[in-house]
Parts: sequence; structure tokens; C-alpha cells
Amino acid sequence: MSGPGATVLAAWRDPRGRAGVLLLAVIAALALVGPTLLPDPAVQVDPVGGANLPPGTAHWFGTDALSRDVLARVVSGARVSLAVAVVAVALSVTLGAVVGLVSGYFGGVVDGALMRTVDAALAIPRLFLLLLVLAAAERLALPVLILVIGTTGWFGTARLVRGEVLRLREEAYVQAAEALGGARRRIIFRHLLPNTLGPLLVAATLGIGDVILLEAGLSFLGLGVQPPTPSWGGMILDAKPVLVAAPWAGIFPGLAIVITVLSANLFGDALRDAVDPRGA
Amino acid sequence: MGRWLARRLAQAALTFVVVVLLLFVLMRLAPGDPLSRLQDGSQMSPEEIAWTRQLYQLDRPMGAQLLAFVQGIGRGELGSSIAYGLPVTTIIRQRLPATLLLGGTVLLLNFTLGLWLGVRQAVRRGSREDRWLTALSLAGYATPSFWLGLVLAWAVGVKLRWLPTGGMTSPLLSPDAGFATVAIDIGAHLILPALTLSAVTIAGTMRFQRGAMLEVLRLPYIVTARAKGVRESAVTWHHAWRNALFPVVTLFGLWLPLLVTGSVFVEAVFAWPGLGSLAAGAVGARDYPLLMGTSLLAAGLVITANLLTDLAYSLLDPRVRSS
Repeated sequence: MSGPGATVLAAWRDPRGRAGVLLLAVIAALALVGPTLLPDPAVQVDPVGGANLPPGTAHWFGTDALSRDVLARVVSGARVSLAVAVVAVALSVTLGAVVGLVSGYFGGVVDGALMRTVDAALAIPRLFLLLLVLAAAERLALPVLILVIGTTGWFGTARLVRGEVLRLREEAYVQAAEALGGARRRIIFRHLLPNTLGPLLVAATLGIGDVILLEAGLSFLGLGVQPPTPSWGGMILDAKPVLVAAPWAGIFPGLAIVITVLSANLFGDALRDAVDPRGA
Repeated sequence: MGRWLARRLAQAALTFVVVVLLLFVLMRLAPGDPLSRLQDGSQMSPEEIAWTRQLYQLDRPMGAQLLAFVQGIGRGELGSSIAYGLPVTTIIRQRLPATLLLGGTVLLLNFTLGLWLGVRQAVRRGSREDRWLTALSLAGYATPSFWLGLVLAWAVGVKLRWLPTGGMTSPLLSPDAGFATVAIDIGAHLILPALTLSAVTIAGTMRFQRGAMLEVLRLPYIVTARAKGVRESAVTWHHAWRNALFPVVTLFGLWLPLLVTGSVFVEAVFAWPGLGSLAAGAVGARDYPLLMGTSLLAAGLVITANLLTDLAYSLLDPRVRSS
């Protein structure tokens, strides 16, 4: 078992991991810089005759039913999708790590109560949890969506971290730190947390792909990112009624989802094999 | 065994109780109730709203609501749907067959084709076929089901006009059509949704079977079998696969909930009249009883699936019971 730095290095040596990271880097760069180079995604290029134009030199990915540039919207959508995924996953991984550390370290009643809750929460499919909370939400604003996705994704992580902590507690160096009268906080943050970073990194990376798919799905159902903010799932929803006239308006955002999720999963798989080589 | 089973059953029951509490808390955590969105611009007068609140017991204190909810579950009732005005259990019963048909077909596909492909991959490990199948299944796993469904509906249904793309039966079907005609019609409607859902989920089964098979293939008894001159196909299927099938049991428990949840998006795309599209539609209407009912059913299915998996595992491997 080595630190997260070594894990990332091992994943980078894996061709899958390297392909995933490089692709993600390109997508992130496009999401950051792209919108400044491309037309405004909300602007109608030609409200009279510019709707449903096929891909061409003027509009590489064509235009949609409202005569908006599909490429500009796909690139803007990348910004939204990646931002939602990164923030939501950061939130759920942090929550999962805290609950897992507390549960594993303190044990007893605290552990029992937390883990029974986690068991129950894991039994309710995440999508149904999301549907319930979104039905209750007063407004479907972007921060609400991120919060809701983030707070429904930490249960598995909590269980994972708890397991790691239970294993680590038996290690001689943690026992020694306890025998020497080390403060609980110091033991948790100095000895336990750093050693759970590897598995946490794997969970976070694989979580990114899951959340991108989940957000796209919710947006496709009209429950995620709300128009006029462009999102990949929302674009596919918009393209659905005009799919025969303008298939490109739906095909390109979908391809963007596939490539992004695939990149994150490739990197996540490489990381997982680096942490636990038995699965390779 | 009896003791182990009793403990495991108690654990499952406790999980279900916590699920009920959790769902109730989640639902009531939100500000307002299903009717608070109605107040302004609604056709209902304040008196009518108050009357409806009373009808659905929304005016009673939290504890009383929880008690009523739990008592209802005890009687096998899940309350009335706000949008449909019918008991939730009735609606679920109407929608369940379609979801079971779709989910069952997908499970069948994944556990025949997926297992077969996984075994082939393991046997030909590192070959071009193995690499392509891995790449394809990973791509499938990264594909949103609703998008794949739309693309397939567009290509196969609209462009080629080979298959129907919406609903479960043709609206032109005569009401007194024979069983065979109806079965063929439903089958034709089933192909695209089932293929879509299978394509995005089969990767899990393939990968798991490939891994389990590789573990077994490196064991000494396989080498012995080969050394004895047993045909390679017999080594693969008779010696190795039998033991490599064992870990796949866990996967079945994992995939069973797919019957209810995996279909939400696919049902929305293909207008498949199942539980998934029902749950998605209930969000906009703030139909809490319906959402609670479908979530509770899904959770019950997950808990049962986990229980059955553990049971199967303990029957097959006595070490589980003693641990």
C-alpha cells in the first residue's frame, strides 16, 4: 500500500489510464477555453432560415431547431456537466470519508447507527432518491441539483472508508500511536485519512462518470439543468421531437457524454488496478 | 444454518424499517407539502385545498402521519396517488407487468450473451477479440441509455422502418386478436427497449465473468485436465466455467433491482408503460405517495435480492455461514 501519488503514477503508466487522463484534459481545456472562441450558445444564428442546418463549414455540428450552433452548445454543456460532476463528487466523497472515518474509528453505537442508515440508503436506488428529493425541491436551480446529487452519492464511499479504517486500526503503527496517547484527531487525520486516499481517489474518479450520466439523465427528464443553460442531457431532450429533421442536434451531445464518461472510467479503472492489482 | 438465517432475516427486516423511516424523513424534510405549489394561480379555492389536505392527512402532526404511513404499509396499502386519484398499489399493479417483462428480458440477455462473451474473452485473453469486446462493453457502459434508445429508434424505427418505437402494443391491433398475434406484437415492441438497456448494462456481467473465469483458469486442476488430454472446449465449459459461475451469483442480486430502476430512462424514450416512466412522471406532479410507493418497492426488491444472494452463497459455500 502506497500513497495516492504512487497510485496516480502507476495509473499513468497504464495505457488506459493515460488515454483517459489525456482525453479528460482535452475535454476540460475545451470546456474552459471553448466558450470564448465559439459563438454565444444562446444566440440564434439566423432565426429565419437557420434552423436545423446540417453540419457544414459554417456550423461544424449543424444548428438545432431554434437555429443555435450545436458545437457551441456542446462545448458550453461540457462546462456545466463537468462543473456539476466535479463539485457533486467532491461533496459526496468528503461526506463519505467523514462518515466512514467516524464510523470506523469510534465503532459501537455510532458505527451501528451510521451503518444501518447507510445500508438502508444503499437499498434505495439512487435515481429514486433523487426523484424524491427533486420532487420536494422548491426550485430546480443548479446549486440545488449539485447539492442533491452530492448528498445522495456518499453511502458507498462511507462503507468503503469504514472498512479501510477497521483494517488500518489493527496495524501496528496505529496501535502504537494510540498506546502513546496520541490525540484522536491526530490519529484520524495523520494516520488513517492519508491511507484511505487511494481508494477514495478511485471512488471519486469512477463517481465522475456516474454523475455525468445521472445529470444527463435527469436533464433529459426535464428535472436536471434547466434551460436556457445548455446541458448535454437537455440538448438531447430538445432534439427528441426533431430527431428526424436534425439528428445531429441529438447525436453530438450524446457522443460528448460517451467520450467524457469513457475517459473518466478508463482512468478510474487504471487507478483501481493500481490500488488493487488483483482485479487486473 | 437456522441461526445464521434468522440473523440475516432480522438484518433485512431492520434495513427495511430504516428505509421506511428514511423515505418518510426525506419526503417531509422539504418545505411545503404537495399542495403548497397549488396555492397561487390555482383553480382550487383555499377551502378546497384545506379539504384536500385533510383528505390526505397532511394537516396532522408528523408523528401521526408517520404512524398512519407505517400502519398502511402493515395493511399492504401505500396511500392514494395525488395525480391519478387511485390507490398507489393499484397503479403499481397495473404498471408492474410491463417493467417485469422488459427487465426480465434484459436480465436474460445479460446472463446468457453476457456470460458467454465473458467466458470467450477469458479463454482468448489478450487476443484482438478480447480487446475489442472490452472496448465495446466499456463504451456501452459509458453510453446514456436514453440517447442510445433515441438513436436506435431513429435508425431502426424511423429510417429503416423495421420495428415499432413506442408503446407496448400497436394501437391498430384488433381487441379480439389471438394470443400469438398479441405476443408477436408485444415482442416486436420489446426488441428496441430491451436491446438498448442490455447494451448499456451488459459490460458489468461480461467483465465479472471474464475476471472470475481468469481466476479459475490459472488453478492447477485446469492444468491437470489439459495434461490428461481433455478437449479444450470441455476444459472451458465443463471444468472451468462451473466454478467460475459461482461468483456470478452475487451479480444476479446486484442486477435484480434493474427490473425496476434501470428502465426509468428507456421507458421514457420508448413510452413503455412500466414503473420507471411512472416514477419519472410523478416528480413534476409532486405525487409523493406514488414516488414513495415505487421507491419502497425498489428498495424491497434490493433487500430481497441481497438476501437471496447471501442465501444462495451460504448454500453453495458453508464457510459463509460460520463466519
